[in-house]
Amino acid sequence: MLRYVSMRMVGAIPTLLLVIVIAFLMVHAAPGGPFDAERVLPPEIESNITRAYHLDESLPQQFLRYVGGLLHGDLGPSYRYRDYSVSELIGSAFPVSLRLGLTAMAVALLLGISAGLVAALRKNTFLDRLLTGIAMTGISVPIFVVAPLLVLGFAVHLNWLPAGWSSSSGISRYLLPVFALALPQIAFITRITRGGMIEVMTSDFVRTARAQGLDTLTIVRYHALKPAMLPLLSYMGPAVVGILTGSVVVEQIFGIPGLGQLFVRAALNRDYTLVLGIVILYAVLIILFNLLVDILYGLLEPRMRKR
Amino acid sequence: MSALAAVARLSGQLRGSRLVLVCAGMLLAMTVVALLGPVLSPHSYLATDLDRRLLAPTLSNGQLFGTDDLGRDLFVRTMMGAQVTLLVAVVASIVSLVIGVLYGAIAGFIGGKLDAVMMRAVDVLYALPFIFLVILLMVVFERSFFLIFVAIGAINWLDMARIVRGQTLSLREREFVDAARLIGVSSFGIIFRHITPNLLGLVVVYMTLTIPQAILMESFLSFLGLGIQEPQTSLGALVNRGVGQMEQAPWVLLIPAGLLAIVLLCFNFLGDGLRDLADPRDKAQ
Repeated sequence: MLRYVSMRMVGAIPTLLLVIVIAFLMVHAAPGGPFDAERVLPPEIESNITRAYHLDESLPQQFLRYVGGLLHGDLGPSYRYRDYSVSELIGSAFPVSLRLGLTAMAVALLLGISAGLVAALRKNTFLDRLLTGIAMTGISVPIFVVAPLLVLGFAVHLNWLPAGWSSSSGISRYLLPVFALALPQIAFITRITRGGMIEVMTSDFVRTARAQGLDTLTIVRYHALKPAMLPLLSYMGPAVVGILTGSVVVEQIFGIPGLGQLFVRAALNRDYTLVLGIVILYAVLIILFNLLVDILYGLLEPRMRKR
Repeated sequence: MSALAAVARLSGQLRGSRLVLVCAGMLLAMTVVALLGPVLSPHSYLATDLDRRLLAPTLSNGQLFGTDDLGRDLFVRTMMGAQVTLLVAVVASIVSLVIGVLYGAIAGFIGGKLDAVMMRAVDVLYALPFIFLVILLMVVFERSFFLIFVAIGAINWLDMARIVRGQTLSLREREFVDAARLIGVSSFGIIFRHITPNLLGLVVVYMTLTIPQAILMESFLSFLGLGIQEPQTSLGALVNRGVGQMEQAPWVLLIPAGLLAIVLLCFNFLGDGLRDLADPRDKAQ
């Protein structure tokens, strides 16, 4: 098992390096320098700035310096917010997004698994068709359509919940963003749980359990649930990607001062170092989570370790 | 089974599947309206009229969807947006199809070490957070139609490559491949002339599933303001503008958002339905 875990960890390193190299090269291939738009500076000052940001070094040197900084958690200075480093900006925005994302994931798992189990155990009934139909809609309708509709309905018309982040405090301001963020994931999780459960419930060992006279609830609880959850586990990687991209939209719509909003602002401002830093953070999160899922999979499904 | 026979078999089964037909019909109708609407309407998608801002939808002067915050006719803009969205989706899907089919067919047909290396590369690429790299790409370079096509197409080919490789692995063991080899056709000749045509049916089915992904990606970028730029527009960009006006003029948001949702839903139902028809094993679940 230890061997399996360490092999997976070593396997994640090339992917991580590849992301950093691609992102770094892309930013450095940008036409024009970061200070071109501003007024013309005397050549001495310009060369001072160039030196201060290490833009006079060769590309490999700059790359090594950047990776060296990364290892210390230093992502360099922001090009637009002059008084802040990229790490400081990310540090103040990340906790907000993390709380939002984790809550949404918990809600999605709870509702998605429940709906999927109900649909699977009531296969081909009206209830099943209703749930799978809702799930298909949830998958198809993008989050940037759902979120404004929720605001329009619950905040503008019914006036039950706040539309923006800053206009209130407490739990009520979390409800709409969390639900908007969780909705597509609820839909995917419902479908996957339903598929996995139906497959397990038609397998031989469940038939044997039935022949022994066990009732459905006992079979689901003690025999079927664990193997049926395996497909869901491998969906957790894409789910994290979905929550991260979704949070970019949701934070934009609700005005939440999190990582997603920071990312879009940086992108529109062409704050290269900040965008680069956030892309790398997102990549690290996704790769780490995939690694965790891989390891969990190996724990739950010993056959996987041989591969 | 030749491609023609596959299409014939599929169209036979299609008659039994109402949902697929309804979705295909709706998409076709919407495409026609999106193409003809701007031509037939007396309004232009560019002309602003600050005296006629945020007017509600009306039948009287042909402004079916009302006007936006700059007094531009929303019907024409929505149709132009739908055109752009569909165009990006189709072109990006073709880009991903060409890359995916070539990559998958070569890996599957040559096999051995080359196959192992090529597929390992696909595994590594799968783990990349592409959406964020595309945003980075849009930030760094000038935003253009061409870049959007390429960026979206370059992401979606991975699934296609895997599916095509699997199919090619089984195709290359067939007698007609042996026959072609026997009369001296080169490997690339076999891939282009004999393998690829046999992949057509499968590829078309999976393309209906990549189109909604491409639409989603384009509208996501445009929603963030990183995709299609004003005065050009797309459904995602229209939704973005609509969000800013939704309290005074909800239709500015509701109409493009609803249209986008319907288009995506139709493509997903169509793709799912076609896949079930092409692969009955999957349907059993």
